[in-house]
Amino acid sequence: MSSADSPDVEAQRGDAESVDEDASVRSVDDAVLNVSNLHKHFGGIVAVDDTSFSVERGSITGLIGPNGAGKSTTFNCITGVYEPEEGSVTFDGTDITGWEPHQVANQGLVRTFQIARELPEMTVLENMMLAPKDQLGEHLWRSVLPGARGAVVEQERELREQAWETLEFFEIDHLAEEYAMNLSGGQRKLLDLARALQTDPEMLMLDEPMAGVNPTLEEKILDRIHALREDGYTFLIVEHDMDLIMEHCEHVIVMHQGGVLDEGTPEAIQSNEQVIEAYLGGEV
Amino acid sequence: MSRESQIGMGENLSGGRISDSASAVRDRLSPTSGADIVGLFVALLMVLLVLDIVRQLVTGEITFTSILEYLWWGLRDAMYIALAAVGLSMTYSILRFANFSHGDLITTGAFGGWAAAYLVGGWGIASVGELVLVRATSGGVSPGEVGLQVFASPVAILIGMVVAGAVTVLVALAIDQLVYKRMRDQGGISMLIASVGVALALRYSLAVIFTNRKRGVTASAPDVGPFTAHELTLVLIAFALIVGLHLLLQRTKLGKSMRAMADNKDLALITGIPTERVITATWIIGAAFAGISGYLIVLDRGSVSINLGWFLLLLIFAAVILGGIGSIYGALVGSLVIGMTVNVSLIWLPSDLANVSAFILMILILVFKPNGLLGGVETA
Amino acid sequence: MSTDTVGSDGEDNAPAPMVRPSWFADIGRIAAVVAVTYAFFIILGLLAGLNVNYMMSFLERITFYGAVFAMGALALNLHWGYTGMFNIGVIGFMGVGVYAMSFVTASPDASPAGLGLPIPVGILVGFLAACLAGLVIALPALRVRADYFAIITLGFSEIVRLLVLSGSLRTLPGGYGTGGGSGISAPRTDSVVPWLQSKPVTGEIVDSIIWAGINLGGVPDSVMENYIYTGILIGVVILIFLLLTRIAYSPFGRVLKAIREDELAARSLGKRTDRAKVVVFVLGCGLMGLAGMLWLGRRTLVNPNNVRPIWTFYIFVALIVGGAGSNTGSVIGGFVFAAFVYDGPRYLQRVIESFYEVQAPPTIADAFVSSNPMAVIDYLVNSMDEIRYIILGVVLIVLMIKRPQGLLGHRKEIAAAVDLSRHDTSRGGANTTDESGTTGSSGGESDE
Repeated sequence: MSSADSPDVEAQRGDAESVDEDASVRSVDDAVLNVSNLHKHFGGIVAVDDTSFSVERGSITGLIGPNGAGKSTTFNCITGVYEPEEGSVTFDGTDITGWEPHQVANQGLVRTFQIARELPEMTVLENMMLAPKDQLGEHLWRSVLPGARGAVVEQERELREQAWETLEFFEIDHLAEEYAMNLSGGQRKLLDLARALQTDPEMLMLDEPMAGVNPTLEEKILDRIHALREDGYTFLIVEHDMDLIMEHCEHVIVMHQGGVLDEGTPEAIQSNEQVIEAYLGGEV
Repeated sequence: MSRESQIGMGENLSGGRISDSASAVRDRLSPTSGADIVGLFVALLMVLLVLDIVRQLVTGEITFTSILEYLWWGLRDAMYIALAAVGLSMTYSILRFANFSHGDLITTGAFGGWAAAYLVGGWGIASVGELVLVRATSGGVSPGEVGLQVFASPVAILIGMVVAGAVTVLVALAIDQLVYKRMRDQGGISMLIASVGVALALRYSLAVIFTNRKRGVTASAPDVGPFTAHELTLVLIAFALIVGLHLLLQRTKLGKSMRAMADNKDLALITGIPTERVITATWIIGAAFAGISGYLIVLDRGSVSINLGWFLLLLIFAAVILGGIGSIYGALVGSLVIGMTVNVSLIWLPSDLANVSAFILMILILVFKPNGLLGGVETA
Repeated sequence: MSTDTVGSDGEDNAPAPMVRPSWFADIGRIAAVVAVTYAFFIILGLLAGLNVNYMMSFLERITFYGAVFAMGALALNLHWGYTGMFNIGVIGFMGVGVYAMSFVTASPDASPAGLGLPIPVGILVGFLAACLAGLVIALPALRVRADYFAIITLGFSEIVRLLVLSGSLRTLPGGYGTGGGSGISAPRTDSVVPWLQSKPVTGEIVDSIIWAGINLGGVPDSVMENYIYTGILIGVVILIFLLLTRIAYSPFGRVLKAIREDELAARSLGKRTDRAKVVVFVLGCGLMGLAGMLWLGRRTLVNPNNVRPIWTFYIFVALIVGGAGSNTGSVIGGFVFAAFVYDGPRYLQRVIESFYEVQAPPTIADAFVSSNPMAVIDYLVNSMDEIRYIILGVVLIVLMIKRPQGLLGHRKEIAAAVDLSRHDTSRGGANTTDESGTTGSSGGESDE
């Protein structure tokens, strides 16, 4: 169950990236997430084809590629929504290949969705209160028995405060008591993100988090992402906004037709002919 | 059952796991092993049962003729279940909901058809009221006096059958206009519940009109060899209709549209297949078959009641599910399996438990192989 | 749940306005609906000059069935309204409960025989049996989609019915058995009333109630005893209601709602949805078993006819009418259903018959050819039993087309153990946001 990077993966890392040394408050392991030879097909269609990459701890890594490249499917394979036919996924030293979504999340790897999965007929606050881990009250008996409920109430108050704080940061606190289904698309994505943060994860996988978000708020969120990175969080972000990727990610992975086409620093990726071709729709 | 099939449906999640703790442990069951284990168990059971049949033949507990009898009954039941299952399967795939009122369409056909048959065949023997309400009250004329059996009054019975289909079609189309059409965009669960309402309203409307008395309808007919005349009629007519359906599905444009729509409604919309037309055709074929099925059931059993279709509904669901929802040919296969299961199990089970075996089979399929026995096969 | 009372930590607001706890308000609402319904039928009955005895019996019956349907609807709400588990096998679980209880309490000398144990033991065993049945269904069916799950539960309830109906299981070794079509004869649960009567304190209470009924209302003691039993049932309904409200306003309830809304999203946040589903399904089935016991246990005989799917659909309609997802709605729906759809039509029939003589011809054909212009109407009035079902069906259809969320479905019942309004740590923080349109309910604060 060790997470030694396979030699191939090491070789794939192109030029030396600027690793932020300060982020390493945690263990020695370099790669918090390791994906090896992942393979996933649906009927006759191969969605993910021998994909391998690593995500460095404490980094902000981008995952890009044209539509249909297999990014979301890869996310799904990593987080247990799909089960890969082949390959392995290692997170923070533990082999999580084929684990169920909740098990992956409880290990500290949390993701948001490309199309936000807000819980429609629950309010924004309920959505937020749902997220944190280790809630005593999620055991039926603790919520019901008179003696035990006290502790649950206490915890609820704490979670409430945290929820409001986060909502205020994301500037959607005015929507706190709205049903999530009444939110606009951009607001839902913010909720998705805010909610994911409530789980206090080690690593966040964000699937197009800025879609529909206004530029000022986007800047604010990115600042926050950087601040969190300082605290030791790791981010893997799928985005189509190239400026965002280039400016904020220290390492970029490019997927195409189910596999990893290239990876490296944003500059290196930008100048790679094949990457450009892939985006323009050419065969590689 | 794979995880993927549920993504994006907003409904229950996927997976093949049995429980949390089981999967957290390293030596957890692999995804498909639940289905595999049960499949293995069922196969083993089949082998044991076949061996037991042989044993019973040898010891004389059972005769070869009675085995044949059970098989024949299995085929007969499969026939009328198939007629009904076809409609249910089409509704499920093209209209996307489990139609709990389908059983009552069967009953509608039964009453409507026999009212016509009585009017035609019984004219003069009893009052119009008695005839059209198919002997709603006791003390009137007896079935024997009306004398409707296939040899004595073939014309009346034939007319009755046609009317059975027609009446059911009209009722189904009316209901679609009044109820289901207004719900086209609502989810399957809402429509399921609405169909329960339709079932109750329809069944008890029949009860108000025809009363809820269970009564005899047909006269007895002489046997044809080892078979009863009515059984034979049922099987032959059902078979003919099924062959006709097959030809429709394979040879006509409508049939192709229906197969396309069953597969993927949105795709059908985009490619320009007229869907409201197909929906209407679905109701027409499904309801006609259901109504005729009800009519033929009464012909064979000899009696009718308002609960006729309702009591059969779960068995029909079982047939549809076994064959894979949305697959018409699957529904036919499923009907065969159900018909056989119910009847062959009589070798071991008492008759009042025969249905239980079919239901258990259905539940196992739903849990372990929800795509049906022919799971995943692309059919109509 | 009570609003912000000044807790021991003093963190919350200065003395809150005396707003009633919302569960209290809800019970008030339920009582109001009951009162209005009573008034309606009493006035109607008085106008029609109906026998007081009959009226009192009727009111007791609709209250009894109202309580039974309410219990069933509350349990079903737990499954379906909250968690999205579409269970149409309700009557099967009720049947398991009552049959298990009958087996335990029937006399060893009866046919079929039982264990002869006291009723409370029987109720416990019945509850556990229903829970076990729930476990058996839930465990393999966790992954199954909603409509398939529905069919599985329906299949289960039919299997139960067929098993207890079957002649082959009628008698088993030891003299036990299901009793087949005749059922099992066991001590009645409403024998709790004479039992209470025999005890010191409760005996006085029961006696006075009966005395009041006889002397003030002219109601015979048998009916009064029924009233007392129904009163006990109401107490049970209230207890179940409080339990479910507590669950609803808690993190566990939140997980349930999340499962209904989007199970994948909930799991992706780390929630153990499988565990929650099994727990809630088992609990709900146990409650259904309890409802079945308190309802059917009132009869001397429990038989397979009591386990027909139509009862499941009654409870379904009750729940939908009241608003799936709302506990208060379940109770109100249960009562309204009992009063206006289940028993009401027959009462109406009596009322109509008191005004003029209904001469119903035997068939509708006769009605049409009859010389009596009112014949068809007469026939229909006489067919009230069947027309009841037609009304039921139409109500269901209309509800699903127009208003799938029922009477109370628009209420926001926030799943949290505390009021979620913004609370500043500084003094005088605002706590006035009223989230829903109803008075005093802002999400429910625990009353610890």
